Amino acid sequence: MAHFDLNARPFSHQWLNDRLAVDTLKRVLSTEYWIPKNINFLWAMGMVLAATFGVLLISGIFLLMYYIPDTKLAFDSVNHTIMGEVGYGWLWRHMHGVAASVVFLIIYIHMFTGIYYGSYKRGRELIWLSGMLLFVSFSAEAFSGYMLPWGQMSYWAGMVITNLFSLGSLDLNGLVEWIRGDYVPGQAFLGRFFMLHVLLMPLIIMALIVLHFGTLRIPHVNNKDGEEFDFEAEAEKWKAGKRKESKVIPFNPVFLSKDTFVLGIYFIFYFYLVFYHFEFAMDPVNFDPANGLKTPPHIYPEWYFLWSYEILRPFSKNAGLIAFGFAQVIFFLLPFLDRSPNVAPANRRGLFSIWFWILLIDMIVLSVMGKVPPMGIYTTIGTVAAWTFIILWIALPFITKAEKTVRGHK
Amino acid sequence: MSDRRDFFGKMLGAYAGLGALGALYAAKRTWDPLPSVKAGGFTTLDLSNMQENKLYVEKWRGKPILIIKVAKNSKPATAPNGNDKNAYDDKRLITVGGHKYMIVVGLCTHLGCIPDYFPEKNKFICPCHGGQFNAAGEVLKAPPPSPLVIPPFKITGTKVVLGEVGSEYKKLKEAGVVA
Repeated sequence: MAHFDLNARPFSHQWLNDRLAVDTLKRVLSTEYWIPKNINFLWAMGMVLAATFGVLLISGIFLLMYYIPDTKLAFDSVNHTIMGEVGYGWLWRHMHGVAASVVFLIIYIHMFTGIYYGSYKRGRELIWLSGMLLFVSFSAEAFSGYMLPWGQMSYWAGMVITNLFSLGSLDLNGLVEWIRGDYVPGQAFLGRFFMLHVLLMPLIIMALIVLHFGTLRIPHVNNKDGEEFDFEAEAEKWKAGKRKESKVIPFNPVFLSKDTFVLGIYFIFYFYLVFYHFEFAMDPVNFDPANGLKTPPHIYPEWYFLWSYEILRPFSKNAGLIAFGFAQVIFFLLPFLDRSPNVAPANRRGLFSIWFWILLIDMIVLSVMGKVPPMGIYTTIGTVAAWTFIILWIALPFITKAEKTVRGHK
Repeated sequence: MSDRRDFFGKMLGAYAGLGALGALYAAKRTWDPLPSVKAGGFTTLDLSNMQENKLYVEKWRGKPILIIKVAKNSKPATAPNGNDKNAYDDKRLITVGGHKYMIVVGLCTHLGCIPDYFPEKNKFICPCHGGQFNAAGEVLKAPPPSPLVIPPFKITGTKVVLGEVGSEYKKLKEAGVVA
């Protein structure tokens, strides 16, 4: 039996310490969790993502009170009740829609920061993999949420995406009908995607966020030079008062205060969008109620799925599916396809630097081509960009295998 | 001691595994289409009074059904791959009351968008990924991998019942025109 100070006042510091070890918790989780000094604002994106998830959760709770998951009522419950009747309902909806879009912008920045600085190898593989699982879960969360207003884009995106599960020439129509619970997206479909969106996916995401933080703990956060150093020794220096000499800072309060500053700037940008430019996250086509007998003239996903959609488009059905499947899983393999032992920023890694920038530009080109109608020159550019994407990933092991060792971190 | 613990461990595992399998089956069945959904799967179409080369849209099992009374000359205006055969001669057409009709599920076989019909060009163009079909539902241009699907049907006079399998549908099936 542990020692309890029987004279401690209930809920006093001592009383809580005896029962909950609050001091130890605080030390382990925040004041003695060490972050390198040699970082920049891109290292704040993790906290920006966590905060945006918080915004999504809170705005979602308010939307959930009035949303009705019924194919006859869903559209009006969003566009009439929430938008027109509920006090500040428009605010929750615009916050939710804009955050769902912006969260992907930050995820992509977070991912490409990791790729640029090599933060996915030499002990950091699980950080990358758990992050990719979060990306997939956020994608499922975004897609299922997009179904809920039951507008034209909800319905037709639901139709097109569930059709992917027939797996091309395998013609698994039974599987597609099972996923929908109907021949076409209907009440059963809306009900199950509602459940996924408000319960199962958020639970999975929260579990994965904990895992993602956990995978960070032992290898620690990377730094701008990919420099390896003894975190414990550097931490001792900090604790001994040699703060200038030490290469690390404690997560709380030092790193967190910098994070909070970036969060402040971010939220100015975010609320500017919420109040003045929410329309970019609100597709006008989705303000028509779902109609199974009328395809919108041009179906496209939200901007963050465009690049993988465009990889599907230029090919015939089976080849397109294979290319699409490739695009979905290939980022998972990054830590194993990069054969170079260098953990360094891309600009010091020779050909890898070119690889990085071509990949980034190619994904932007794919995204733009995914939005325009599939005609003429756009089809050609899309096809070239899709092949570029595939060839880049096939080339990666060869490029990195031939890479010279980067020496002399400053 | 450890043998006994192993044995009980395995027993517990088997017991829990059975329960898990049962739960999994129940979960699978919960996601199956409901009987009420499956029962509502029949639609009757009256094809008399239809005009030639005009697109009619009906609904069957929530899906759009496209019907065209195909005109004698239904050559597609432009044929991307030299495939410009007259749709009127296509064996996929269904003869009802002496006229030939295209009756298909109006969902592109690529990813399920509804193709638009251009009567002056005698062809369909899909708005999503640019696939093209002639007035008999045959593919003129990829990505769709196969022709528009002919639903199960039964002819009674000038009427067609979708969802029921009649003798003409069986013939098409034997000829390999429908899957």
